[in-house]
Amino acid sequence: MPVTRAHDGLPEWRRSTPRQALLRWFGWLLLVALFVFCWRVMTQDTIWAYFWDAPNQAADIAARMMPPRWSYIDALWRAMWDTLAIATLGTVLGIVLATPVAFLAARNTRPSAALVRPVALVVIVASRSINSLIWALLLVTVLGPGVLAGIVAIALRSIGFIGKLLYEAIEEIDKKQVEAIQATGATSLQVVDYAVVPQVMPAFAGISVFRWDINIRESSVVGLVGAGGIGLNLEASLNTLAWSQVSLILLVILATVLVSEWVSAKVRAAII
Amino acid sequence: MLLTIEGLTKRYGTGDAALNGVDLAIPAGEVVGLIGPSGAGKSTLIRCINRLVEPTAGRVFLAGDEVTGRRDLRFMRRRMGMIFQEFALVERLTVMENVLSGRLGYVPYWRSLLRRYPAADVQRAFATLDRVGLLDHVDKRADALSGGQRQRVGIARALLQQPDILLVDEPTASLDPKTSRQIMRLICEVCAERSLAAVVNMHDVALAQMFLSRIVGLRQGRVVYDGPSNGLTPEVLTVIYGEEDWTRSAQRDDDVADEDVHGARPHGREPLAAVG
Repeated sequence: MPVTRAHDGLPEWRRSTPRQALLRWFGWLLLVALFVFCWRVMTQDTIWAYFWDAPNQAADIAARMMPPRWSYIDALWRAMWDTLAIATLGTVLGIVLATPVAFLAARNTRPSAALVRPVALVVIVASRSINSLIWALLLVTVLGPGVLAGIVAIALRSIGFIGKLLYEAIEEIDKKQVEAIQATGATSLQVVDYAVVPQVMPAFAGISVFRWDINIRESSVVGLVGAGGIGLNLEASLNTLAWSQVSLILLVILATVLVSEWVSAKVRAAII
Repeated sequence: MLLTIEGLTKRYGTGDAALNGVDLAIPAGEVVGLIGPSGAGKSTLIRCINRLVEPTAGRVFLAGDEVTGRRDLRFMRRRMGMIFQEFALVERLTVMENVLSGRLGYVPYWRSLLRRYPAADVQRAFATLDRVGLLDHVDKRADALSGGQRQRVGIARALLQQPDILLVDEPTASLDPKTSRQIMRLICEVCAERSLAAVVNMHDVALAQMFLSRIVGLRQGRVVYDGPSNGLTPEVLTVIYGEEDWTRSAQRDDDVADEDVHGARPHGREPLAAVG
């Protein structure tokens, strides 16, 4: 009972009763206690000598990284091109596969609630629960090392991301526009074409560009397990302790990500 | 009779009946106003006719063909044009695409997908847009239009179905008084031109009386009045809406009501005097 009577008879209002407030404070106390406990468990195996030495080690590696070996850039052009290709083709393939899945999963467009929708949701969850790097690891063993494994790995990971966001966008459309098209006597395919697709187009474009942006970063890593791109060079340089090459590769990746951020921001602004 | 409704009943969930045994008959070419308080079932009734809402019981016939309980519903729906309260245009499509969507019940899928409508349909769309006064806006996106213009697109879309009847759900609820009259006038004119029947659901009694000769009053899902609009006496309005001083407001229209707010008041203190 948040409303009470004060001594002068005027009604008083608080958000919660004293009991609720007490419970809330107790909850916060438990959370802090849990944090302190976890911290202790986490640090009991830490070898503090390593920890205190870390700044020296970091400074040492940084010194070896500097200056970057600029001449190595000639070996990176092709690798960077492969990385962009993996990201872009993987995104395109992911979009192609994810779009039908999204329409089958959305409550307002799925053809069957008992069979098709659960299957579509399982596809989405399976794709999302496995990291790109794991997909790449599996695909390198199946397809052999190279760019193709990278493209398929990126695509498989993208299905879940694009599918989930797209089907949520489909479920959020304005129902009245759908009713208006249904009232004309349109078939269900025509309803999708005239009432659903126009409404999800901005979301679709935004999601696709966003995923492409993420995939640029992911595709620079899949090379670590042999799936092509600049990750291959990164792995080779790390293995040979060629820190000056590592620093150059990181700089190149940073520059590419900056460019892709800029491009996707431009595209999204143009759509909305 | 063009439209015959027999014992139409709709129950949402386990609650009270939104419609309770409604009987209604509308001859070809007649425009009927549907009035009643909020929650009386006006919208439900209109939506049960083309089964956007599935009726619980009762039957609906359009020119002798039963609408209820049939599987090829879309062939009945395309004979009934619907006009919506908040226009329900597809906002991101152009005016022309919205109007042509009135032909979706007639054209094959590939034509609608590629927007390759038969030439006769496109000509009719131009003629209809000309009739509602939107020929200059053919290529604009629907969300670039004003409220009145949007409702004109909604009317053109319904007319392009070449329907037997128009189902009109609160056509003026989101429009200003002047635009409301223009839209009501347009709906009545196009119905007269094509000897088209219509059911027009309205919350504004004065506006309904101004344009429509037959009024059906609905209260708690039942028809409580069916007669000429000049028969809406204070007693009848009390039956439909409940107790209220109907002698004051029943004969007034929006413009008078506007003056009432902004101009001098016959009784009581000046509204601004209290502020100053």
